[in-house]
Amino acid sequence: MTSSTRTDAATRDSGAAVQRSFGSRLRDMSVPLTVLGAAVLAIALVYAVGGRDPGLVTQSVVTGLLLGGVYALVSIGLTLIFGVLGIVNFAQGSMLTLSMFIVYSLTTSAGLPVYVATLVAIPLMFGFGVLVQSLLLNKLTMTGNQEGPLLVTLGMSLLIINVLLMIYGGRPLRVPSSVSGSVTVFGAIASYERLIAFGGALLVAVLLTLVLRRTSFGLSIRAVSSNTQGAALVGVNVRRVYALTFGIGAACVAVAGGLLSPILSLTPSVGEQFTILAFVIVVLGGLGSVTGATVGGLVIGLVQTVGTLYLPGTGSLVLVFSVFVLVLFFRPQGIFGASQ
Amino acid sequence: MTDTAARPLHPHVAADDPRLRDRSALRSYAVLAGLTLLLAVVPLLLDDQSETIAVRTLIFAIMAVGWNLMSGYGGMFSFGHAAFFGIGAYADAYLLVEHQISPWIAMVVAAVLSAAVGMLIAWLCLRYKLAGAYFALATFAFAQMFLLVVQNLDFLRRTEGFNVPILPENSMWMLQFEQGSDLYIWIPAIILILALAGVIAFVNSRSGQYVQASRDDETAAASLGINVLRVRLIAVGMSCALTSVAGVFYTQYYFFVGPEQAFGSAVSIQAIIPAVIGGIGTIWGPLIGAVVVGPLSELIANLLRDPPPFLEFMQGVTGLDVAVYATLLIAIVLFMPKGIYGTLRDRWRR
Repeated sequence: MTSSTRTDAATRDSGAAVQRSFGSRLRDMSVPLTVLGAAVLAIALVYAVGGRDPGLVTQSVVTGLLLGGVYALVSIGLTLIFGVLGIVNFAQGSMLTLSMFIVYSLTTSAGLPVYVATLVAIPLMFGFGVLVQSLLLNKLTMTGNQEGPLLVTLGMSLLIINVLLMIYGGRPLRVPSSVSGSVTVFGAIASYERLIAFGGALLVAVLLTLVLRRTSFGLSIRAVSSNTQGAALVGVNVRRVYALTFGIGAACVAVAGGLLSPILSLTPSVGEQFTILAFVIVVLGGLGSVTGATVGGLVIGLVQTVGTLYLPGTGSLVLVFSVFVLVLFFRPQGIFGASQ
Repeated sequence: MTDTAARPLHPHVAADDPRLRDRSALRSYAVLAGLTLLLAVVPLLLDDQSETIAVRTLIFAIMAVGWNLMSGYGGMFSFGHAAFFGIGAYADAYLLVEHQISPWIAMVVAAVLSAAVGMLIAWLCLRYKLAGAYFALATFAFAQMFLLVVQNLDFLRRTEGFNVPILPENSMWMLQFEQGSDLYIWIPAIILILALAGVIAFVNSRSGQYVQASRDDETAAASLGINVLRVRLIAVGMSCALTSVAGVFYTQYYFFVGPEQAFGSAVSIQAIIPAVIGGIGTIWGPLIGAVVVGPLSELIANLLRDPPPFLEFMQGVTGLDVAVYATLLIAIVLFMPKGIYGTLRDRWRR
């Protein structure tokens, strides 16, 4: 397990008992604040000396932030699973695809509106996650095997994609949308669908943070994450926490899938790109940190869309990966991870 | 009885005493000799369709043997071997199409280049103490980055890829023969045999033993004076070089290479799956895994083309082959963590 999540949780707990000085809080926040400052500075630079039309820049900033919100949602599930279980879930993207297809089936065959179908998909995916963890992964996770879960989730990802391919075929499908129209923000256009997706992402991030910090179940998750053996000794059912955590991770993805399904056209491989991006975001934010995943999602969304102004096509993704590799080497604990 | 009594309690055994010699290497070489004979005869017995399958299986096998060196024996789990396969495939395509340079030379260039790139990546990862999942992620990211870079470089023809020009006659120097030529099997077979011989030699060599010791316990190995970083980089270099040779042959056999065929994440998976199914960290595991996985797609395609009654509804469906080997992968990891070969070997020894 990562030492970063361990110390993270420890400082958080001691922070509740002992009132910490403002100075130490500021020091904890120095790296995130620097990143925030750098992001604002970079955007300001693009406006000032970027040599691009300001309206275009505003549009990409808005699109980037909205896109980043959904990235954040996929990444929150991934970061939670990594932080608590120590599993790098290669199936995250295909679980996203799976939930999008569940939403698709519910809207086309049962005639539910997209966002109602999403509400139905959430418990379904939660159950799926719990089943996967308790049937396939718990044995490997309990023995602390690193490569086993990696391979199992890889196999699961291939399995989900190809079973969907067998059922739905490879042709792109569309989920009928229930809301349409857009609003104008600072001269940039944002469709309602994207705004709802962004709002939903933030809502889930806040809810999840509250659950983790304020409920006894959240406490047991954090306890398992910081010290599995210790948690087991004081009576936490570790297997149950593992299963439920994977379930929550899958549920986050279900929300993301539902919110994304009116925006994207559906193919069995649509989620693949999200696996890779979610990895980037999670490493950027610090493996296991929900706040980090949220901020990381927004940053990567911005890098991608603003980068497109200069590097068309897939070029902006090169930028994203360069950020990833730099962070991996120079700050593997991420922006929000505690320093080693 | 009297003989035993006459012996001293602590007999002096010379270092070159025949009883101390490890015979496992010899046994492995003997098996390899048998395999060589088999592979020499096989192409003569196959029809055209099975030849394609055989070639694909051999490419899988070479990649998996390469992957296994680094990830099985070295313990550094690579999820990005597509990077090295791709370097091979593109080095060949670029040198051949743009400069008419022989694939044999491309093999050497590709091997050196990808060994260098692989060692650089691994050095960065190990230097910053990335291990386990982080190492896998880093290699995965590098492979993706290479994919994106190739898609954006003009001199590598972006997303179009390279077509290998077809020559009017057979040419050993240009590694091009008529469709269905047995040489298309013999050449990768020879590469595979040499690779396996190299693996056997490496595993039994000092560096090979050191790298396995470093895998099992890094701290203990380092405290015994093993230069952990150095032996690991040796394993990585060999692994990447071998994988790139498979890439060179791929381009030659299929006459085409594009970014996805060379650097796509599916390629990395193709290197991992045979090794895991056959047995990670064993000499023969990757080969056995490739023999299982290689023909699977074709078998299932045949089955679905003319399905038995209970599979009628599956006719014309795509994706079943990958679904089957994904299930196989999960089952093997859960129930036979040492792979087919590793499990059978352990049972045999007992």
